[in-house]
Amino acid sequence: MIKLSLTVNGRRVAADIDPRTLLVDFLRNNQRLTGTHVGCDTSQCGACTVHLDGRSVKACAVLAASCEGAEVVTIEGLSNGTTLHPMQEAFREHHALQCGFCTPGMIMAAVDIVNRNGSSLDEAIIRQELEGNLCRCTGYHNIVRAIETGAAAMAGAKIAAE
Amino acid sequence: MTDQGIGASVKRKEDLRFITGKGQYVDDINRHGQAYAVFARSPVAHATINSIDVSEALASPGVLGVYTGADLAADKIGGLICGWMIHSKDGSPMKAGAHPALAQGKVRYVGDHVAVVIAETLDQAKDAVGLIQVDYGELPAVVDVATAQAAGKAQIHDEAPNNTVYQWHLGDKDAVDVAFSKAAHVTKLGIVNNRLVPNAMEPRAAIGDYDAGQDQFTLYTTSQNPHVARLVLSAFIGIAPENKLRVIAPDVGGGFGSKIFIYAEETVCIWAAKKVGRPVKWVAERTEAFLADAHGRDHVTTAELALDASGKILALRASTKANLGAYLSTFASSVPTYLYAPLLSGQYDIPAIYCEVDGVYTTTTPVDAYRGAGRPEATYVVERLIEVAARETGRDPAEFRRQNFIKAFPHQTPVIMAYDAGDYAACLDKALAMADYKGLAARKAASAKAGKLRGLGFSAYIEACGIAPSRAVGSLGAGVGLWESAEIRVNPVGTIEVLTGSHSHGQGHETTFAQVIASKLGVPIEQVSIVHGDTDKVQMGMGTYGSRSGAVGASAIVKASEKIIAKGKRVAAACMELPEDGVDFENGEFLGRGTNKKMTFGEVALQAYVAHKFDPEVIEPGLKEGSFYDPKNFTFPSGVHIAEIEIDPETGHTTIDRWTAVDDFGILINPMIVEGQVHGGIAQGVGQALLEHTVYDENGQLLTGSFMDYAMPRADDLPSYKVAMSSTPCPSNPLGVKGCGEAGAIAAPAALMNAITDALGHENIAMPATPQAVWRAAQATTRKQAAE
Repeated sequence: MIKLSLTVNGRRVAADIDPRTLLVDFLRNNQRLTGTHVGCDTSQCGACTVHLDGRSVKACAVLAASCEGAEVVTIEGLSNGTTLHPMQEAFREHHALQCGFCTPGMIMAAVDIVNRNGSSLDEAIIRQELEGNLCRCTGYHNIVRAIETGAAAMAGAKIAAE
Repeated sequence: MTDQGIGASVKRKEDLRFITGKGQYVDDINRHGQAYAVFARSPVAHATINSIDVSEALASPGVLGVYTGADLAADKIGGLICGWMIHSKDGSPMKAGAHPALAQGKVRYVGDHVAVVIAETLDQAKDAVGLIQVDYGELPAVVDVATAQAAGKAQIHDEAPNNTVYQWHLGDKDAVDVAFSKAAHVTKLGIVNNRLVPNAMEPRAAIGDYDAGQDQFTLYTTSQNPHVARLVLSAFIGIAPENKLRVIAPDVGGGFGSKIFIYAEETVCIWAAKKVGRPVKWVAERTEAFLADAHGRDHVTTAELALDASGKILALRASTKANLGAYLSTFASSVPTYLYAPLLSGQYDIPAIYCEVDGVYTTTTPVDAYRGAGRPEATYVVERLIEVAARETGRDPAEFRRQNFIKAFPHQTPVIMAYDAGDYAACLDKALAMADYKGLAARKAASAKAGKLRGLGFSAYIEACGIAPSRAVGSLGAGVGLWESAEIRVNPVGTIEVLTGSHSHGQGHETTFAQVIASKLGVPIEQVSIVHGDTDKVQMGMGTYGSRSGAVGASAIVKASEKIIAKGKRVAAACMELPEDGVDFENGEFLGRGTNKKMTFGEVALQAYVAHKFDPEVIEPGLKEGSFYDPKNFTFPSGVHIAEIEIDPETGHTTIDRWTAVDDFGILINPMIVEGQVHGGIAQGVGQALLEHTVYDENGQLLTGSFMDYAMPRADDLPSYKVAMSSTPCPSNPLGVKGCGEAGAIAAPAALMNAITDALGHENIAMPATPQAVWRAAQATTRKQAAE
């Protein structure tokens, strides 16, 4: 066992972990943050996407031990209290989810897409950027619409904050 | 209530928990003291098990138990069942081999369940599984459905000579033969419907829990039909009597058919929970899902269409070999028979149809219902034949379809189905306009100028949904009735819980069923809770598949609503001192007829429970009603999809330029959700046609056993879709709904392959049309054009 301390959703946490523990298992089993899902064994599906030091990662492909001192944000930490993140609102508004299993990873990836590309995204960029996230329900049509809207809303929120 | 009731695109009530990570899927549930199950699976496709040595695994750290088929047999745990009896054309019942939850003496596909390890931790269970020693006596694999019945092939089950489960047929062979003998033109096609892996994003999972104090079993499982699971686990497999077995299917992350079935893993987990005295959890890894979730499709068909000189269709015949895999899964036998051949009339007036189907065992993963289940296979046969026949006879494919459309309803086809309503030309006309069919020639010319090949393909599909009238399916071999139940519990303050036997795993029932209540009882959807997925809460139900939850499940809610209104009128009449039949119910209010007296729904609910103002000898207190609704017919959603694609002959890459879908689902409860279902269905159909392929090698090894090898549709493989409706209400249920869940997956493959073959100038290439396959065909086309 090794000692790990990091920040998860703004909260300092420490734990003794098996060195082979994956970040996704640490989040789900140790922190009981079950919004981060596991949909494959090959880092293909993106259901486990979280933000690590501000960038999206697939938590199934990160050793928890490598996150010492890091800042992790999961879907549970995205909203501001009861105020949803604009991307969460956009997914609901556009019916961009059906079974909901891929949704946390999709939303975390979508926020990262906007963070990296800015808010003026066209459909081609969104579709290309989503290549690491699988959805079997929606056919992606409404996810693309949601990300377009969520990106604009994130820009609006940023301007308002400034 | 119109802003929330039937027809309103209200946002989904269930979304908040999913977008905030608060969903509760089976793997998110943890029981105190739970242990973990890992299965030892066969590494070979076909072998006798000479011996299994579990001693080393048993001694491994943390191991609580290691069990094999012998342990299940010792506890008299029955095998898995197939719930639909098919009779061969000679009248004999299908020849099904046993399907033990853990192998007994033999394994029959890679991934077959050999043993289970239960350990304190998942890692310990995984470590111990590797220590189980199995001595296999390898036998030849049987992989190819087309040749599996040949003499000399290895026999997979002793009960099924020549690996043949049944040789079934439907229709009038003689009439078809006569029609073909008179035909002016016959179109003949060899058609392969490729095997698919459903791949719901949530892998299957189960937690078995046994409470010794209550002698009570609880199974948490990723099921589309928890009551059917309880029925099978109790009545057939023998885990426990139904009153001692609770099955909970909480949030379930997609199903597409693959979570209908009762599998080995949940059977073993619930049994082993008592064995080890601990809750037992199992969660599939994705590769296990590839190996052990029932696959879909896998038909090899020869099909022919006979036309007269005017282009009128005279007859259709098809001969299909359907791969059922190594064992018969829960509904496997029905999919290539009664869910397939009765749809071979498509949208067309075809006087004579004959279809024969051989159901065949192979040493591959069992095959069962996958989104559409038989109906996509039928549509693919019909719509490929129609398209090719139009081309061969020089007819416009749209007008050839129109010429042969069924135009009057009801229409009895020669293959069981009586279509109740539709307007096929209306869908076609709308789709042609939306797709700018008139501009196709110019677009083709522009593509050609740019060195590209452009093609357009139609798919005018029909499906039979709202599964199903119980007596009808009973006469066809179904082992169960296919009604649905609803119970409406009105609370004293007028809020409502609806208990339904339908199960939502993405369909949005918590919203749409509440909309039905809003329309019928005038109660805002915020005051309506939909309860599903727990056999201790909902008495009985048949679950969700076959696009049945609107047509059957919501119809049961309507029937129960009517009983609530009837009871409410009696309560209201007593309270308002009016004659018992002197009250009407409108817009959520009970109105005294011919008076200005009225009571709100909530007031009547309160009075029903207070019970001060009526005679209990005449009216019972309380306001709770239930219904078991059995439909009188299937429903027949239909529509026209048009795919327009462009191929780069240099790379073989197919780009979907536009997708037009015009569907007739009857009355829509929530158009936003309906359109979402269409989008997802199209994506799965496009996946089948362009990307997804399940490949076994000659030894029966699954070569496409992960997302690294099996091409799932991704966002940049797909276009945005143009979706519209052209509705004729369904006369066969009280809501007029038809069902929308499977349409896209049924329609899409034929539309896309018709478009690709149009672009290539070939009549037949196989799915999936990968860039390599398309490139090869495009090179041939280019050479042919150069030669001309």
